[in-house]
Amino acid sequence: MRIIVNGAWRETEGAELSAVLEELGYGEAVVATAVNGEFVAAAVRAGTRLAEGDRVEVLAPMQGG
Amino acid sequence: MLELYGTSLRSRLLLGTARFPSPAVLTAAVRASRAEVVTVALRRESGGERAGQGFWSIIRELGVRVLPNTAGCHSVREAVSTAHMAREVFATAWIKLEVIGEEDTLQPDVFGLTEAARILCAEGFEVFPYTTEDLVVADRLLAAGCRVLMPWGAPIGSGRGLNNLFGLTALRAHFPAVPLIIDAGIGVPSHAARALELGFDAVLINTAIAQAGDPARMAAAFAQAVEAGRAARRAGPIEPRDLAAPSTPVIGTAFRE
Repeated sequence: MRIIVNGAWRETEGAELSAVLEELGYGEAVVATAVNGEFVAAAVRAGTRLAEGDRVEVLAPMQGG
Repeated sequence: MLELYGTSLRSRLLLGTARFPSPAVLTAAVRASRAEVVTVALRRESGGERAGQGFWSIIRELGVRVLPNTAGCHSVREAVSTAHMAREVFATAWIKLEVIGEEDTLQPDVFGLTEAARILCAEGFEVFPYTTEDLVVADRLLAAGCRVLMPWGAPIGSGRGLNNLFGLTALRAHFPAVPLIIDAGIGVPSHAARALELGFDAVLINTAIAQAGDPARMAAAFAQAVEAGRAARRAGPIEPRDLAAPSTPVIGTAFRE
C-alpha cells in the first residue's frame, strides 16, 4: 500500500498505523501521530487502519521558540 | 511569585530552545538563565535519524517545565491538531498557541487565534496565546477562556524591543489581574528590564540569547535584567516630567540674597 508519511510517498506492508510505525523504524520513539490532519492518540494506533493515499504525520519534540 | 495556570514560578524569564549553536550551549544557557519554563515544538521525525529523541532527552535532564508551541501553524485546524499531538508527547495541558497570519512580520492571525483558543480552552487546554497588543483581541481571548496572554514586543526574531509602548502600556492597564508575558521581539536585556518595569509579568526570550556571541553569558545578563525590572516595578518608579526638578535642596543655598 502506498501512503504519504511526513510529506513523502512510502510503500508499506502493514495496514494499521502501529504496524506502519514499527515498519518505518520508529519503534519505541517518543512521537505523536496524525492521519489526514487529525490527531491519532498512541492508544488507538493499533486500531487505526490506513487506506491508500492517506497522509500520515509523525512528529517528535524539537527546538522551538 | 509568578503564577501561570496555578503553577508558581520564581523566574520571570521563559526561554525558547531554538537556534542555539549546539545542545551543549543550549544546556549552559538554560542553566545560566535560571528559567523554569522552556518552549519546545513538534516537527517531522525521520524513522532513521530520530533527531527529536536526543533533543527530548536533553530537555528532560534539565528538569524544567516545558511549554509546547504550535509554531508554523497557519490555520485553526493545524494549530488544534498540533496542540493535541503536543499534549500527548509532552504530557502537559499547556500550549503556546500561535496561528501565523502574515509571513513578513509573523504577525498572529488574531481571528484564527481566538477561534483556536476557544476550541482548545473548551477541551481543557491551558492556552498561552501569542497575540498583539490589541485590546479587543485580548478581551476575546480572555472570553474564550485564556488566563494568560502573550503579547508581542516586536516581530519574532527582530530584536527591536517594545515596538508600541503606548499600546502595551494600555494593555497592562486594562487587564491588571491577567498574567501578561512579552513574547517575541526582545533584543537586549534593557528591553526585558523595561517590560518588567512597565508591569509585565514575564518575558519569553529566544533569539536574543540563542544567537548572541556568548549565549550563556547573555542568558545570565537577561536573568539579571528581569530581576532588576521586577524589583523596580515593585519599588514604584517615579513619573517622567518635562522640566528639571533640583535633587539637591534649594533652601540654604550659599551666596544668595
